[in-house]
Amino acid sequence: MDFANFLIQLLNSVQYGLLLFMLAAGLTLIFGIMGVVNLAHGSFYMLGAYLAWSLSSATGSLTVAILLGTVLSVAFGLLLEVVLFRHFYHRDHLDQVLLTFGLIYIFEEMRSILWGDDVHGVKVPDLLAASIPLTDNLSYPVYRLFMSAVCVLLAIGLYLLISRTRLGMKIRAGAFNRDMTEALGVNIKLIHATVFAMGVGLATIAGMIASPISSVYPNMGSQVLIMCFVVVVIGGIGSVRGALIAALLVGLVDTFGKVLLPQVAGMLVYMLMAAVLLWKPEGLFKQ
Amino acid sequence: MSAKAHLETLPRGLQVALALAFVALAAFPFMASDFYLQMVGKMMILAIFAMSLDLLQGVTGLVSLGHAAFFGLAGYALAFLTPASEPASLWWTLPASVAASALAALVIGFFVVRTHGIYFIMVTMAFAQMVFYLFFDNKVLGGSDGLYINFKPDAGLFDLDNKLVFYYFTLAMLSVVYLFLRRLLFSPFGRALAGIRVNEHRMRAMGFGTFGYKLAAFTLAGGLAGLAGYLWGAQTGFVNPELMGFHMSAHAIMMVILGGMGNFAGAIVGAFAFEFLLDEFKALPSIGSFNAGKHWQLWMGLFIVGIVILAPRGLLGLLERVLRRKDRDA
Repeated sequence: MDFANFLIQLLNSVQYGLLLFMLAAGLTLIFGIMGVVNLAHGSFYMLGAYLAWSLSSATGSLTVAILLGTVLSVAFGLLLEVVLFRHFYHRDHLDQVLLTFGLIYIFEEMRSILWGDDVHGVKVPDLLAASIPLTDNLSYPVYRLFMSAVCVLLAIGLYLLISRTRLGMKIRAGAFNRDMTEALGVNIKLIHATVFAMGVGLATIAGMIASPISSVYPNMGSQVLIMCFVVVVIGGIGSVRGALIAALLVGLVDTFGKVLLPQVAGMLVYMLMAAVLLWKPEGLFKQ
Repeated sequence: MSAKAHLETLPRGLQVALALAFVALAAFPFMASDFYLQMVGKMMILAIFAMSLDLLQGVTGLVSLGHAAFFGLAGYALAFLTPASEPASLWWTLPASVAASALAALVIGFFVVRTHGIYFIMVTMAFAQMVFYLFFDNKVLGGSDGLYINFKPDAGLFDLDNKLVFYYFTLAMLSVVYLFLRRLLFSPFGRALAGIRVNEHRMRAMGFGTFGYKLAAFTLAGGLAGLAGYLWGAQTGFVNPELMGFHMSAHAIMMVILGGMGNFAGAIVGAFAFEFLLDEFKALPSIGSFNAGKHWQLWMGLFIVGIVILAPRGLLGLLERVLRRKDRDA
């Protein structure tokens, strides 16, 4: 593998890792703070992609679609939290698994009824449609760099929100000791709703910005969900920092695995997970 | 969680109902067409699968979201062991296939049973997905299309090609597995597993090596799931990666929940009820331009959400509550 090729693979793996992080961050926060297993998290990714497709074809602009889609998805997240998830924080994990599995079916069919079962493409905005030439015949699309930049910005934003703001302080307090936080006068229900909606928002944004390169198709949430599980297991439940490092690690292993060891590429990530489990059963950054 | 699983000891009324159900199953071929025979056969196979999961989920308190991997593996084992032009003997392919599943469960279990709670759920799912992609991605292993099993296993003494014989063979397997698991539930091993469900720390403090117990349960459950998968492969003559998929695992969890878990009888009831509903939903007619049957996942999803909210103890739990109310009224 020459240098240009290596660079492309490296950029791809970072981009994939950052995208996984956007999903896994929400998942791990929802696990860590509310103690809920959310199998339907991948559905939000799919929802995002379909929103990007339908809104951008309606408005003619992916930017408008992403802004509008973010608002819609956060509202949807709040609604779901208030109507369903709120009542499952104290239930058995088993009930949560079933609830969210049922939701996958419901979301999948709603998608099928609303948008059909066809595969769609989303056009890259003109401004970002260029490619940067690396050698005579290799180049790297600007849009992928843009995606990574958006993810990095959101990751920094998330970090600042959690570690530097008053809301973040309440979130951390709520995760550490729910009852005590509530006794101190913090509206924990509001915090939970905020975290949940934030998780949904992040997953949907990931789906929206990924839609131009991944295309939009049914069941696109399932595979990404399982990858996110692997990321969360490796990183340690509840740890956003762990999720970031694990996501980048998974991105590297998956991307380079496909190039260097294509026969076993599908299994490499799981082997990585098995190795981490043997070494640290609670993940790398267990809180 | 109470020390006793719900309905761990079955009330007399339910025992009678189960005995009657067994008689009904035995008599069923005399009044049903081949189509329904096949359908009920499939339900019985899934009931074995659901019972094997109940050993983990209801008895030991381990929620596995990857149990279908072991179900599918044995089906694939049968597909590989059956030559292209002649049947293979039941007497060695059955033990070999079950052993393959049990071995896979032993290896995967070695990694997963050291985790707890949410981790266990996610890790079982991830490993099952690994097995799924191993078969899905490799043409040698059948790829995404799966494999055909051209011949039913040759049993020597009886002819499994005969639908009636196969039906009774499945029924016998179902009964043997049920009786075995009920017996196991009240053995020292079963009591230890139930103890782990109630309080694993205390079990460890009392000197039980819970890792070994959980691994043994995981392996046994994997092997029994393999038995079901073997029968599935033999009945349908076809295996594909979907059998090991995440939906199949989730369906099994649903079957166990639906019937009522921790007593194996519930798993059987749940498997029958779930499969019946699935067929009903898929057969829904079109309303105008809206094809209700094509969107069966919507109804199933709503049904699952409804059950979780309204009847978390399952159908047997519901039935028992009704029976008890009658007792009180009388």
